[in-house]
Amino acid sequence: MIKYILRRLLFFIPVILGVIFIVFTLLHITPGDPAKIILGQGATPESVQALRQEMGLNKPFLVQFFIYLRDLIIHQDIGISYVTKMPVMVSILGCLPYTFKLALASIFVGIIFGIPTGIISAVKQYSIFDNVTMVLALIGLSMPVFWLGLLLIILFSVQLGWLPASGFDSFKSMILPSLALGSQSVAMFARMTRSSMLEIIRQDYIRTIRAKGQKEIVITIMHTLRNSLIPIITIVGVQFGTLLGGALLTESVFSIPGIGRLMVDSIKTRDYPVVQGGVLIIAIFVCIVNLIVDIIYGFVDPRIKSQYV
Amino acid sequence: MNDQKNLLSIKNLTIHYKTGGNIVHAVDNLDLDLGHGETLGFVGETGAGKTTTALGIMGLIPNPPGKIINGQVFFKGEDLLKKKHKEMRSIRGKEIAMIFQDPMTSLDPVMNVGDQIAEMIRIHEQITKDKALEKAEVMLETVGIRKDRSKDYPHQFSGGMKQRVGIAIALACNPKLIIADEPTTALDVTIQAQVLELMKSLKEKYDTSMILITHDLGIVAEICDKVAIMYAGNVVEYSDKNSLYLNPLHPYTNGLFQSIPDIEKDVDKLNTIKGLAPDPTNLPKGCTFHPRCPKALPVCSEKKPDNVMVEPNHYVKCFLYN
Repeated sequence: MIKYILRRLLFFIPVILGVIFIVFTLLHITPGDPAKIILGQGATPESVQALRQEMGLNKPFLVQFFIYLRDLIIHQDIGISYVTKMPVMVSILGCLPYTFKLALASIFVGIIFGIPTGIISAVKQYSIFDNVTMVLALIGLSMPVFWLGLLLIILFSVQLGWLPASGFDSFKSMILPSLALGSQSVAMFARMTRSSMLEIIRQDYIRTIRAKGQKEIVITIMHTLRNSLIPIITIVGVQFGTLLGGALLTESVFSIPGIGRLMVDSIKTRDYPVVQGGVLIIAIFVCIVNLIVDIIYGFVDPRIKSQYV
Repeated sequence: MNDQKNLLSIKNLTIHYKTGGNIVHAVDNLDLDLGHGETLGFVGETGAGKTTTALGIMGLIPNPPGKIINGQVFFKGEDLLKKKHKEMRSIRGKEIAMIFQDPMTSLDPVMNVGDQIAEMIRIHEQITKDKALEKAEVMLETVGIRKDRSKDYPHQFSGGMKQRVGIAIALACNPKLIIADEPTTALDVTIQAQVLELMKSLKEKYDTSMILITHDLGIVAEICDKVAIMYAGNVVEYSDKNSLYLNPLHPYTNGLFQSIPDIEKDVDKLNTIKGLAPDPTNLPKGCTFHPRCPKALPVCSEKKPDNVMVEPNHYVKCFLYN
């Protein structure tokens, strides 16, 4: 197992290098000159040229790329923001806790509402509960997050005045954004749990356990659900990775200073170091989440664990 | 109505499946008796309703689409079909246990085999998990698997070993009746012999009755006391083993015996029973076998034959013996 994890960690290196290279290239070929944006409309060509020289933007593409890599690997430095003149790491670390909390909270909402719903829907297939929840899940998946967010604000903040409409510091202020962003996860997890459970419910070994005289509730949780977990864990992992990349719409609606907003703002101002640093950090997190998901696979299914050598 | 000397007595059992707009007559008015300590061979073609009958006894017919329409299943004098879910749960596994056809798919892939056996024990006995695991290890050794393999998972065992685990699960609570649904069909011939030998010796050791579902008349000859020949959801002949093998009566039974190839003879074409098993959604009127029967009489297509006792303990449903 340890060997497996170490090997997987080694695989991170080419993935992350690839991500850095792609982002670097994309930014390089994007129209727009950071020097011009920093100096504003009235800048003379000479001053722009001087600033480009100073920022190292005049050097050939590959040289710029290797300078970035050198700073990253040797000095663990991902640069200074062009706009705020602060280290990129500081801006990202400022946003990361919000994004992390928001992602975690909405995944939590997704799990505690989505999975039980899926289980009941599967066990009572084609019942009223099943039909109603699956229609609701479809609505949940189709409804834009910002729209649901606005509706929640109108109801709970404006009309009822129970919960704050913005911010993300107190538990109370976390409720609405987590619900809005989590609604998609609820719908996704419920549908995945249902379909995965339905596949297992008809397996021979479930009949074997029934023939032992086991209670239905134990069969459902200890056997059917346990055997259905792999696709559910997969989708939870994918969803968590996506949310770590920032949830721009939710962050905008609820004025949360998360990584999604930081990235979009930085792209607008051509703040290359921040964009690169942000993508790098997100890529590392997504890799870690994937690794954790793979490790959980091994614990859930001994057949997969036996391949981890 | 019920017969105290029999452990199991099935009367008029009728089970239907609904598929689309059709009704599949899987089991049709079936009668069957099994005495204490006896082994009954339950023989018939694929689709004759053998497994459905077994699941009917266990109360495990998947509903929907299946439904028990009619009949009684007396076990130790009590009708199982009238039992509540909870009562039925305490009978399943403890009183009647089942060994399934395909060992590859019949064990939970994410639970180690020791736990799977222990689960059976803990459902029916009030003992701690450790005690149950100890008993499970003893059961593993009983079926010929080293006890240090109890922490292994099904995918680490071969087919024959998995079926041994299945047998260990079935025997774990010392049931009165074991229903073995083609326990050796999915196994190699050499392993088949081992598994059958094991089942036979354990059955004697624990003094259980057994229903052995199979389509192998050789297996029946080896371990059964009684034989029921099933055709299109019904038992057409029911007899002591010796009586049946010496004197098969029903034309279908005769057809089955004739289709066993003779190892001594050199033939170009094997004997078969002409035609196919009938469509269970649309059974023939009268005797269900008459369209394929070489000795069919005019009456066969009109009326259903009654059960006739030809010799002591030898019953047949055929107009030839009326």
